[in-house]
Amino acid sequence: MNWIRTKNNTKINLNEIPCLEIQELRKEIIKEQKRPVAFFGKDWGNERVRLFVVLADDKQGELLVSSALFRSFEKSYESLTQDIPAFHIFEREFYEDFGIEPLHHQWLKPVRKNQKDYPFFEMQGEEVHQVGVGPIHAGVIEPGHFRFMCNGETVYHLEIMLGYQHKGVENLILKHPSNQLAESIVGDSVIAYNTAYSNIMETLKDIKISNKAQLIRKLALEMERAAIHIGDMGAVAGDIAYLMGAAVFGVTRTLVINTMLEFSGSRFGRGLISTGGVNFDLDKEKIERAQKTFEKVEKDVERMAKTMLKNSSVMSRLEKTGTVSTERALEIGLVGMAARASGVELDTRFDFPDKWINELNVERKPFKGAGDVLSRFKLRYKEVLESLAIVRKCFKELEKYADEPVMTYSDNQYAKDAFAISIVEGWRGEVVHIAMTDNTGALTRYKIKDPSFNNWYGLALAVRNNGISDFPLCNKSFNLSYSGNDL
Amino acid sequence: MLMKLLNLIILLFVPFLMMGVIKKTKAFWAGRKGVSLFQPLYDFIRLMKKDFVISRTTSFVFKTAPVVAISSVLAASLFVPMASGSALINIEAGFVIFAYILGLGKFFALISAMDTGSSFEGMGASREACFTTIVEPAFFMIIASIMALTGNFTFTSLKGILENAGSYGILITIFAVAALFLMILIEGSRVPVDDPTTHLELTMIHEVMILDNSGSDLALLTWGNSIKMLLISSLIANILIPAHFSALASTALYLFIIFAISVIIGTVESGMARIRMSHVFEFVFIMSSFALVVLSLVVARMFGG
Repeated sequence: MNWIRTKNNTKINLNEIPCLEIQELRKEIIKEQKRPVAFFGKDWGNERVRLFVVLADDKQGELLVSSALFRSFEKSYESLTQDIPAFHIFEREFYEDFGIEPLHHQWLKPVRKNQKDYPFFEMQGEEVHQVGVGPIHAGVIEPGHFRFMCNGETVYHLEIMLGYQHKGVENLILKHPSNQLAESIVGDSVIAYNTAYSNIMETLKDIKISNKAQLIRKLALEMERAAIHIGDMGAVAGDIAYLMGAAVFGVTRTLVINTMLEFSGSRFGRGLISTGGVNFDLDKEKIERAQKTFEKVEKDVERMAKTMLKNSSVMSRLEKTGTVSTERALEIGLVGMAARASGVELDTRFDFPDKWINELNVERKPFKGAGDVLSRFKLRYKEVLESLAIVRKCFKELEKYADEPVMTYSDNQYAKDAFAISIVEGWRGEVVHIAMTDNTGALTRYKIKDPSFNNWYGLALAVRNNGISDFPLCNKSFNLSYSGNDL
Repeated sequence: MLMKLLNLIILLFVPFLMMGVIKKTKAFWAGRKGVSLFQPLYDFIRLMKKDFVISRTTSFVFKTAPVVAISSVLAASLFVPMASGSALINIEAGFVIFAYILGLGKFFALISAMDTGSSFEGMGASREACFTTIVEPAFFMIIASIMALTGNFTFTSLKGILENAGSYGILITIFAVAALFLMILIEGSRVPVDDPTTHLELTMIHEVMILDNSGSDLALLTWGNSIKMLLISSLIANILIPAHFSALASTALYLFIIFAISVIIGTVESGMARIRMSHVFEFVFIMSSFALVVLSLVVARMFGG
């Protein structure tokens, strides 16, 4: 057996994970032709490094895990990127962290460290010019450097240099594992990150949480998705100077996050989720009020989105701007919302379903995306409505479990020699957390993969051959996380 | 004399009010209360009190440009008839001087933007220069056509087109006013050409050129820009005000027209998105085509019988 098959939120024994030679593992990965979910190393003592690979079998809802061991004298291997381009960012990260070089990698650039010698792709010519933007930007956003190679107004190539937010989160979690830390990693995906972290802790510690807690987590996740999508729709409207859209979506988003404030005391849901369940119960009164609010939200979003999509000046800005074709999206391994907008059906809510997908009768509705800003806008609109529908179903289902506790208290310790993966579909896409323990039952490796990690390169492709003045619009339609990439 | 004094007062205060009305209109459409009508004036005073920061890359050009820009706008304004219907300086072919004095101001704004060495500002300057080259001939075409029709080569000739040009008058008026309105949007860097409220440097035209200016320099540049909008609006008002109106009535109508133009600008800004940069040229060419229509109408009127 060269792979061990596992599922989302399931613990496997570390010793059962096959350990192959790298050449063999490389062949296996190419043979499988599956989507990479994680590709990361772990210090294995005596200057050895063990490389873990997790591939997703989206059709079966299974995860394939395997590994390879690099002995102290093995400092390079033939890169996978040559055969499967989606590995490019994973191999860059692995090289940066462990110094093991993937040979013939097309472009081995730093991901988040070693910024001093960052190679930029350069163009030469009489009318070619470079425009550097950032790392400090106008407006309240995170730092990142963008360098455009332009000919006149047309962008030929965009280089994105990140890493300014690198703070060593993975190691911090090993030292001080806590929900507070987990939910602070990416500020706009509080619920997604905290759910993934809590799931993995509960898996490792064998804690079963109540149905009620599961439902509250689920509805919070969908509220987060709705709130951010509405906010981003407003931001897209703002970028094209369509004032009315920016104003209406801004107000509507506030309604959603203020409901979250009522539920948890934080507009972004900080402190709502905790290992073992959730910290706040929802009483009838709160639910009724929330339901009324969401009815209004739904109406407002629908009306505004329809008005916008009918406005020809808006359409002329959104249509065919920043296109990532389906082939390109598959090739570079886009995930989540950006992938769906490009016509790649990837949604871990349905690919790796929990029991509620069936019980609440939630169906995957296909979306025909062309990969442009308009598709991403329409997809967000569609997902807002779907999320609000799921929230409504969760509210209804909660009545059945009114007597259950929201929190399960337990003194369980981590299982020994365990390996667990938790995937949560945040609003951007799959948030992947992986944790490992050793034979004493201590947490030894915590790996996080944000959807932005895959998707930043998608943004670089999207702006090619677009006007440089359309970059902010493309950027806003993706709205990727700097912190999630830099970790 | 009194009317000339009135002109001066209008010149000093109405630009701020115009901006205030635009902001209020936008706030109204967005469902907000909006800032006070006088906020632009307060901002001007606040900025005038401030010191400025000057980048080390810049030369004397950067420091002189704001002064040249504001003086050129003020000088140009002397040639424009406002409420009174006659300008402070009323000479033949004043419109050529008007256009080129404004051009001087713009030239300095452009080289001052280039002077900062910033790639953003270079991009903004190149965009602005591009649009200006299309706007300028269109402007001349409109004004010169109207002047040819009346045989009076001062701005005063704008008055009474409606009455003097017979059946063509109404068409000439419509197209000239429409073209000049587009010119306000382009020269005043308003939506859909430019977005005055954006913080995204890559998408800016006018705003990015003054990105490095601060304090009183910034105040003067912003004021200059709003005066420019007032000047073009005044031309529109002069076309629209009937010649036989009394001084009082025409002043009232003048102020109303300026107010109405501001409201229309605010409404346009609220109701439509910005045009994609590559399509802005097409938008600017609408002004040129309107100007051509005016020219052909005048030719038809003069030689067609």
